[in-house]
Amino acid sequence: MDDHSIIERYERAWIFFGLGMIVVFILLIGYTLVSSRGSIPLAVGQVNASEVRTQGEFANPRVEKVGRDYVVYMQAFAFGYLPADIRVKKGAKVTFYITSPDVLHGFNIERTNINVEVIPGEIAKVSQVFNQTGEYRILCNEYCGIGHASMISKITVEE
Amino acid sequence: MAVLTPSKIDAYALAPEKKLTLYMLMLGFAALLVGTLFGPLQAFNYAGINLYTFLKPLVQSYYQGLTIHGVLNAIVFTQLFGQAVMLYLPSRELGLRPNMTLAWVSWWMALVGLLITALPILANAASVLYTFYPPLQAHWAFYVGAAIFVLSSWVTVYLTLEMWMRWKRRNPGQITPLATYMAVTFWLMWWLCSLGLVVEVAVFLIPWSTGLIGGVDPLLMRTLFWFTGHPIVYFWLLPVYTLAYTTLPRLAGGKLISDPLARLVFLLFLLFSIPVGFHHQFSDPGIAPAWKFIHMVLTMMVAVPSLITAFTLAASLENAGRARGGQGWFGWIKALPWNNPTVLSFLLGLLAFIPGGAGGMVNASFTLNQGIHNTTWIPGHFHLQVATLVTMGAMGTAFWLIPHLTGKRLVGEGYAVASQWLWFLGMFIMTFALHWMGWLYQIPRRAFISGSPAAMEAYKQSGVWMALNAISGIILTIAIIFFFYVIFATALQSRHEPSQVMAEVPFTQVISGPQGSGLAALTERVWFWFGVAVVLVVLAYGPVLFQMLTHLNPVPGQRLW
Ligand code: HEM
Ligand SMILES: [Cu+2]
Ligand SMILES: [Cu+2]
Repeated sequence: MDDHSIIERYERAWIFFGLGMIVVFILLIGYTLVSSRGSIPLAVGQVNASEVRTQGEFANPRVEKVGRDYVVYMQAFAFGYLPADIRVKKGAKVTFYITSPDVLHGFNIERTNINVEVIPGEIAKVSQVFNQTGEYRILCNEYCGIGHASMISKITVEE
Repeated sequence: MAVLTPSKIDAYALAPEKKLTLYMLMLGFAALLVGTLFGPLQAFNYAGINLYTFLKPLVQSYYQGLTIHGVLNAIVFTQLFGQAVMLYLPSRELGLRPNMTLAWVSWWMALVGLLITALPILANAASVLYTFYPPLQAHWAFYVGAAIFVLSSWVTVYLTLEMWMRWKRRNPGQITPLATYMAVTFWLMWWLCSLGLVVEVAVFLIPWSTGLIGGVDPLLMRTLFWFTGHPIVYFWLLPVYTLAYTTLPRLAGGKLISDPLARLVFLLFLLFSIPVGFHHQFSDPGIAPAWKFIHMVLTMMVAVPSLITAFTLAASLENAGRARGGQGWFGWIKALPWNNPTVLSFLLGLLAFIPGGAGGMVNASFTLNQGIHNTTWIPGHFHLQVATLVTMGAMGTAFWLIPHLTGKRLVGEGYAVASQWLWFLGMFIMTFALHWMGWLYQIPRRAFISGSPAAMEAYKQSGVWMALNAISGIILTIAIIFFFYVIFATALQSRHEPSQVMAEVPFTQVISGPQGSGLAALTERVWFWFGVAVVLVVLAYGPVLFQMLTHLNPVPGQRLW
């Protein structure tokens, strides 16, 4: 049974290695969270989903310029996004307030960490600084019905 | 006994639990057959090839097919396999019979529930996918059938616990045998976690879909769903872990290294499987990041029992390989019985589980998840787990279990071996492609891209990965045909050759047993640990659920497919 005590030694070492790895991961994730600068979706309130199209901020989806930054009030609906034409300047901070008048949708901006579950009735807030000019596609990545795959929009970042 | 001709006499008169187990198993595999047939079509979709035009009017849309794929594979097949194995193993190990009347009630509930769910799905009145997130609203029969189906598993929970307590009364002070211990902790975990789904469906979705209430809160529904939805992956996995611990070492020609450590693994799953569901809701507004972080830490803890399992199984397989004459660092791997289809399926499945587990750590990492949430990375990840290890473990087990239950020998062993290599290869290629498509190009999951010119234009850079999906679709089609040929040809043949099949469940011997182990004695206090699990769940979910229930924001149903 000497073999066996060797196995038990390895076993203990492996478990400690595993626990150590997990602690390191958690610390690293904690660090990236603290430095995530607005890409984590926050809830900023609730609305009545049935009134999103007719009342309140979201009835008028728009891009507002605030100083050198932007605020966007956005609807993700079946099957598209409003406003459809978003133009912002490179290097400006863009804050999105977004909700849905109908079902769940996704709000994923390619080449960024913005990836939001848009829930009817909940207002989500995220922000992003776009440091490159060009087009960034917005992709719906939550199943929302027959037009889901075509629910693609874009943000244009200009010099 | 030998004089009885099996065709005239009920072959199962002496072992009715075998018949029940066979029926559970075959109903599950029938579901898997229909469910997997859509798999290659989905792989072709992600290759930009649309085959759905040929399926009309039988299948109306990609999403109807995907609902069938998810429901039948991930909910129906997995549960039925658990109900078959996690009742039969303890029954054999304890030498006791479950209450057969109730056991058949559970089978009929599963069948009736399945049929009631199937009707609206087939009528395209429930193309809500297997997660059925409101406000998308299915026909009420979808929810009613699903509830009956899931409640059938509660009967199995009762049957297993009742058998275990009967054994306890007759063997006071003794330590529960290993497979039974695993079954008991497994069913307790499932009972506790399935409460989320049962409440969601029974309290909210059925009244909502029948028009009794006008709306439901989508965020609360998602939260209740994922209360069950993460632990459900352990509900899928643990029957195969149980088989890997209690039968694989023996089938491979060796012994299990440590019995107490195996108990610890199942206890950790009971404790940590449930209070982790927010890691599926990292992207949801409405749950504070601090709560998500707490669930993330607990999620990382559930990696521990799988890390221990990796060690114990590898060491036990090494023991087997050396017992078969394998030498040196890697010689023992070569010495394993790769030509045994059951051992092969487990070895390949466990191999796929390594990258699958690593990917799971990525998904669980709050900030990394933002890069891959709801992209094709996710189906890429879980096909390594549920569609590879879990499904291959079930297929591999079927290769001895169906002969054992029926007294009919395995037909087409060569096809059985080939099916496992092809399955592994096909899944490896497909999951590889799906991971990269999701991570590099943010291609969304659950998207009928081959039917959308806008999507094909948007994702045209990922052509190489798409081609891999097409190849995997072809390989997996062949694997499916081989596997189902083997099991149906085995089960449906009329020849009985009881001397050619395994007469007993191949329970493994252990090197270091539970006797005198402090760890085994500690884990044996099942009800105490169940209480701890309940407390953990209440702490991790209570405040958030209370907040949601006091701020309900109901939304009416929609049908947009
Ligand atoms: C046999 C070959 C299989 C192939 C080729 C295959 C392929 C696929 C593909 C490409 C997707 C992604 C679809 C999408 O997101 O639009 C998918 C989804 C899925 N598959 Fe499979 N699959 C197979 C077998 C299985 C098995 C055996 C299981 C489980 C036991 C399984 C469970 C699932 C689940 C749960 C989903 C998610 C459904 C959803 O998003 O609603 N698959 N499959
Ligand atoms: Cu969508
Ligand atoms: Cu999970």
